[in-house]
Amino acid sequence: MIEPTNITEMKQIIEAALLTSPQPLSLDDMLKLFAGRMERTTLRMLLDELKTDWNNESAADNTAKTLELVQVASGYRFQAKPQFAAFIARLSPERQSKYSRAVMETLAIIAYRQPVTRGDIEQIRGVAVNPNTMRQLIERDWIDVVGQREVPGRPSLYATTKHFLDDLNLRSLAELPPFEDFAQTEIPLEG
Amino acid sequence: MQFTSEIKIKGELLSHLPQDLYIPPDALEVYFETFEGPLDLLLYLIRKHNLDILDIPMAALTTQYMTYVDKMKAFKLELAADYLLMSAMLIEIKSRMLLPKPAEVAEEDDPRAELVRRLMEYEAIKLAAQRIDAMPVVGEEIQVAAAYYQHIAEVKPIEVNLDELLEAWKNVLKRAKINQHHKVGRSELSVREHMSIILRRLKADGLVEFSQLFTHDLDAIPKLVVHFLAILELAKEGLIQITQQAPFSPIYLQTNA
Repeated sequence: MIEPTNITEMKQIIEAALLTSPQPLSLDDMLKLFAGRMERTTLRMLLDELKTDWNNESAADNTAKTLELVQVASGYRFQAKPQFAAFIARLSPERQSKYSRAVMETLAIIAYRQPVTRGDIEQIRGVAVNPNTMRQLIERDWIDVVGQREVPGRPSLYATTKHFLDDLNLRSLAELPPFEDFAQTEIPLEG
Repeated sequence: MQFTSEIKIKGELLSHLPQDLYIPPDALEVYFETFEGPLDLLLYLIRKHNLDILDIPMAALTTQYMTYVDKMKAFKLELAADYLLMSAMLIEIKSRMLLPKPAEVAEEDDPRAELVRRLMEYEAIKLAAQRIDAMPVVGEEIQVAAAYYQHIAEVKPIEVNLDELLEAWKNVLKRAKINQHHKVGRSELSVREHMSIILRRLKADGLVEFSQLFTHDLDAIPKLVVHFLAILELAKEGLIQITQQAPFSPIYLQTNA
């Protein structure tokens, strides 16, 4: 093993690591690749360059890239360019059935109002929370318990996970559409 | 997921919703499936049918709700409770609206304000849920690249906890006792021979669990002792590795090749 001596070699090491990693790699992960011989700022710069390299549709060698480098909550990962995703999805015959409205509304409340208790969710939706709903979201690793509210019964406080952001291609919760976007016209109060 | 704006009962489109919130008992199930709860139903009535919260005849509504609750006792009583709570809230609002306001509390908030606030918050959440549902998600619209690479954890020098090993050994003895033969004999047992037996076994099977090495044909205690000594000897000579992931988890043996 010879330590890299130039930018190209460093980029190749990062690229190989990202391509073979089963989950997104954080900057800290990638710094380990160079055993302390890499600056954070340099690494960021190299990642930017890699991103550009892979985005170059009219590369000199005439091979358009099929992958893109993206940043999500847990770090960086390579993924298929969007135009190929639909084809690749055909390889998994067991398509996940859509979540029910109850599940999606519960998820939306947790995403926008976190940390929340089941009571908070019930207050907003006006119906009791089905334990199955929470279970589905926890099993998907989209929500988890982050603590207890210090009130009688110490109810669990739920929040969305990094994995949820990763799955939706988001770097942070701030990248969700702003909640104000969903406000509708005021309900008139006559009389 | 569909956000229904029209309701069908037995295939027929429900063209007009009764202003008094009355739901035919036959259609009750449909309603409970179509709407996510009383807030959702109320929101629908207000947005699509310009229902005035105040115009609801409360006495009739109460009678109807009680009929539902009777029917609901058979199934989904907890859902009926949510609807019942809502009707109680509507009745409270209406009664407060009807009461003459004493002059000194003229600045009292509109009793409907809280309900309107909740309805609008729920409405926004409903739309947010739709938006999140429409977002690209990994496994469908997003496909993550993962070139094959066998990540092998670096083998660290093994720390064998003597207590764990002794505990395992005691278990072996205990098991051997159950199958004990009542035969006293003399046999010359070679630790070396057993070392070879173990090495051969490890070579053939790769990773072997500690207890797997003590099979039924070694049920005599002296043999077990020699076998155990052979393991220790092999470890001492650095011929095998003994690993354990965590306290009390299975102990594994493998050759050092």
